Amino acid sequence: MATLDLPAPDIVIRGRKVVGGRTEGPALVTRQTISGWGGVNPMKGEVIENHHELKGVSFAGRILVFPGAKGSSGWSGIFHMTRLTGCAPLGMLFNVTTTKAALGAVVLRVPAMTDFDRDPLELIETGDWVEIDADAGEVRVWKNRNAGD
Amino acid sequence: MTMRLSDEEKAMRDGESGAAVAKAMDLLIRYGEALGAEDFVHTDNIAGVPGSSPQWVKEYYAADGGDYRAVFSRFDLDSDEVVDVPRITGFSCHLQGGMDPELWRDQGMSEEAFANFQSDEREVADHGIQVLKTCTPYLAGNVPVMGEHCAWMESSAVVLCNSVIGGRTNCEGRESTSAAMLAKRIPNWGFHTDEFRKGQHLIEVEVPVDSIFEWGMLGYFTGAAVEDTIPVLTGAISNAALIKHKHFGAAAASSGGVEMYHMAGITPEARTLEAAFGGAPRGERFAYGPAQRREVYERLNSIGECREVDYVMLGCPHFSVDQIADAAQRLEGRTVHENSALWIFTSRAVKATAVASGYEAILRKAGAKLMTDTCSAISQAIPPGTKVAAFDSAKQTHYLPAMMNIEGWFGTTQECIDAACSGKWEGRLP
Repeated sequence: MATLDLPAPDIVIRGRKVVGGRTEGPALVTRQTISGWGGVNPMKGEVIENHHELKGVSFAGRILVFPGAKGSSGWSGIFHMTRLTGCAPLGMLFNVTTTKAALGAVVLRVPAMTDFDRDPLELIETGDWVEIDADAGEVRVWKNRNAGD
Repeated sequence: MTMRLSDEEKAMRDGESGAAVAKAMDLLIRYGEALGAEDFVHTDNIAGVPGSSPQWVKEYYAADGGDYRAVFSRFDLDSDEVVDVPRITGFSCHLQGGMDPELWRDQGMSEEAFANFQSDEREVADHGIQVLKTCTPYLAGNVPVMGEHCAWMESSAVVLCNSVIGGRTNCEGRESTSAAMLAKRIPNWGFHTDEFRKGQHLIEVEVPVDSIFEWGMLGYFTGAAVEDTIPVLTGAISNAALIKHKHFGAAAASSGGVEMYHMAGITPEARTLEAAFGGAPRGERFAYGPAQRREVYERLNSIGECREVDYVMLGCPHFSVDQIADAAQRLEGRTVHENSALWIFTSRAVKATAVASGYEAILRKAGAKLMTDTCSAISQAIPPGTKVAAFDSAKQTHYLPAMMNIEGWFGTTQECIDAACSGKWEGRLP
């Protein structure tokens, strides 16, 4: 079992399941809310919003950690399209439940959680290794030891 | 958490109303559980974009037939199998679409894309869904009433429905509205409940906000300040009108995620400050004074450098007939500059009135184009070679330059029309 090789996680955060399942991957963290339609290019999974700190960055193949969704009602549709183009995030952690983020997570069909006991934005940094075990209500975080190297 | 379902809803989930309704219920239950909703509300007023898709999405589902049925099943209902979609019986309408039904060539659309558009529209109509094709259904025949449970997409329409009309809708998405058209249910969460609709932060308006331009700027400030929460505005706001609420809400929904706002003494659930908050004011206090106003203006104009304007776009959200009349009056006797273009967007219903009233002829004579169904952001259609555009809408300024990688200016409707006629941007903060 590969998990035997992993040391115990540095941090464990508990929360509520939005979409069940288990996934793991590198984190992409932003403290800014994300627009779907008009804020993300679904062909690349890339944030395109002017002034956004993730502008030009793709969430494809990463665990997206963000405060919540904003903007157009096309949020779920755009994230849904990233599933078709192969540019979907591996999982999602968000603080504020909105219809946009909830529906987006449902149709992306990736493990997603919210309502945490501690703020993921304070504890997780881009590049950390994150495991979402949504059915167990647990997020496990391994800090990126190479950060800054 | 498991949702509480009525016997009828269980039967729908289990297929007694057909496979499509069962798939719709399955999606709505997954969605309701993701939200943490306890049950559903009935809705008979649904606005979405059911089944419409560009060609590449249809091709993605080629193995399933690559048609409307495949897209509706796989994408709209997020179903693992393709089902027959019955005729919709509820009050359902189609919001904005991908191109103008007549001026699509001017928008740079191909014959193939137009054929796809026509095919989708026939399917929508054949399924009993009204072809409103607008982001402003409330200007084209769908006006909810106070307390009515709706399931609407389109952030600018959602915020207007909740705030100005007192209808009740969350900011739904494509999949949830398509499913709701079949199931006539939507999760009983968020804006469907009384408590959720109360104000969370206070915005004190210290500079006079009276014109549509000022209302739009205040909206953009508000969204950035309160993000996705509910603001209560008080102070120097005057001359309320539907088109001003339309611009305010659209701006607030794009710079933040505002889905409802209160204006003390102006909007129906805010007869007083206390009514708006459900008690004493709470949350943060934000002041909107001269410095904040200037900051909003500068932020909206931070993506403009070159003053040679190739394109002026009006009609975000879709222009009302009084806005078209106003634009025609400002444009009468003038001509759009040869290096520029002026496109004005509205719904088919409003265009019919604009034609009957002679406004469309005035616009056409001046060289402007009155287009329907879509907008430059939705269709990603701008005149060929556009590098610099100008808008009177904070929402369109927020979205289009980022989407099309062009420069953008924001100003008053008059400044936009002047720019279209001179080819030069000379806007400034009044």
